[in-house]
Amino acid sequence: MPRTHITTVINGDETEFLTEDSTSLLNALRDEVGLTGAKEGCGTGDCGACSILVDDRVTCSCLMFAPEADGTTILTVEGLADSGELHPLQQCFLEGAALQCGICTPGFLMAAKALLDKNPDPTETEIRYALAGNLCRCTGYDKIIRAVQEAALEMRGK
Amino acid sequence: MKYVAPSSVEEATSVLSSSPSAQVFAGATDVVPQLRAGSPAPEVLVDLKKIEELVSLKSDDNKWTVGAATPTAYLTENEAFSQEFPGLSEAAGLIGSDQIQNRSSLGGNLCNGSPAADSVPAMVVNGARAIVAGPNGTRVLDVSEVVTGPGETSLADDEFIVEFEIDKMPSHTGDAYLRMIPRTEMDIAVVGAGARVTLADDGSIEQAVLALGAVAPTVVRIPDAEDALLGTTADEEALNAVAAAASEACNPIDDKRGTVAYRKQVAGVLAKRAVLIAIERAEQRNGTN
Repeated sequence: MPRTHITTVINGDETEFLTEDSTSLLNALRDEVGLTGAKEGCGTGDCGACSILVDDRVTCSCLMFAPEADGTTILTVEGLADSGELHPLQQCFLEGAALQCGICTPGFLMAAKALLDKNPDPTETEIRYALAGNLCRCTGYDKIIRAVQEAALEMRGK
Repeated sequence: MKYVAPSSVEEATSVLSSSPSAQVFAGATDVVPQLRAGSPAPEVLVDLKKIEELVSLKSDDNKWTVGAATPTAYLTENEAFSQEFPGLSEAAGLIGSDQIQNRSSLGGNLCNGSPAADSVPAMVVNGARAIVAGPNGTRVLDVSEVVTGPGETSLADDEFIVEFEIDKMPSHTGDAYLRMIPRTEMDIAVVGAGARVTLADDGSIEQAVLALGAVAPTVVRIPDAEDALLGTTADEEALNAVAAAASEACNPIDDKRGTVAYRKQVAGVLAKRAVLIAIERAEQRNGTN
């Protein structure tokens, strides 16, 4: 099968990779680019574990064909920390124990980042709607919601 | 599967004409799950999102034009559109999560052919038209003419929808869409009800259009309910007639989301409520728009 050459900016770096056309962007990121932060949960856009930002919009990378990424700017959970310093969302998830097994966490972090980018001061209801596309079987969600509220508070203070 | 992303409508139709097993897609939010569930893979996947008209939302004095592959998030984020068509905007905002709404489109929601597609009743009550491109140029279909059964459309294999046209909302007119699901988010409609109402100067109903989703193989209009509202102020008698006609118009399936009897009853309740919301909105639109 011929492979297609894709040029993107991933986590601030121009990145090129080769992919088969039928490969999902998620699998290309994991297997070709070596970024394994985004996870495959359901593979059908229901669970959000594969969430990344594509041109600043939160997207299920399992629902994108890898060639669609050509010319886009992508942010994955690996790009969230800044020079080794955790993003406030990551820090608040850690401190608030907003994760247990951790499989869903990269997706929650990216969906939460998309929310706070456009709405720095969300209500609890807005947070719950914005994270409705992310499933977690461990936490019961409350600690995740509180971690996002904490991070929002901290980011507004900066 | 080979991926192609044509940059013009003509290029796309020529790909479709030359590749019998080509499939167009927009956000792929239905295409990917269907492929993973074992649907036969097309030889060529045609990504429509690189065609300018397909990803565009604009208005002129007479109408709104929505590119068929435009992410539904663009609709809900557009204040002017959402103020003019709150029912259609809310319907678009009910489709899946933020992740999905950044990819899902009116064209995909319609052409996927699900009886439960949320945006379709809202498009139908607003008289939306689909501009369909094919090898011989374009033709115009009412949105209600596109889907012919679950997963089936009236489009030929080498046709696709370029954009939707929706005439500007007249004064004294309002729309609404309500959906019943067993939870508050991220589910498929048990019943969906769209309504659009135009009021006469005396406040009585001059025009009414009602459409139900998820209760029949395709979205259905409810002419008896529309007739029952004309000339009334949606008093109790008229609303009871709306509910009865809505229940009667249903030909639903029995499944884990709802029984036939439940869907019929809920269709009546939602139709009434949608009419009342549409009236309230019509009262607020006093000709200044």
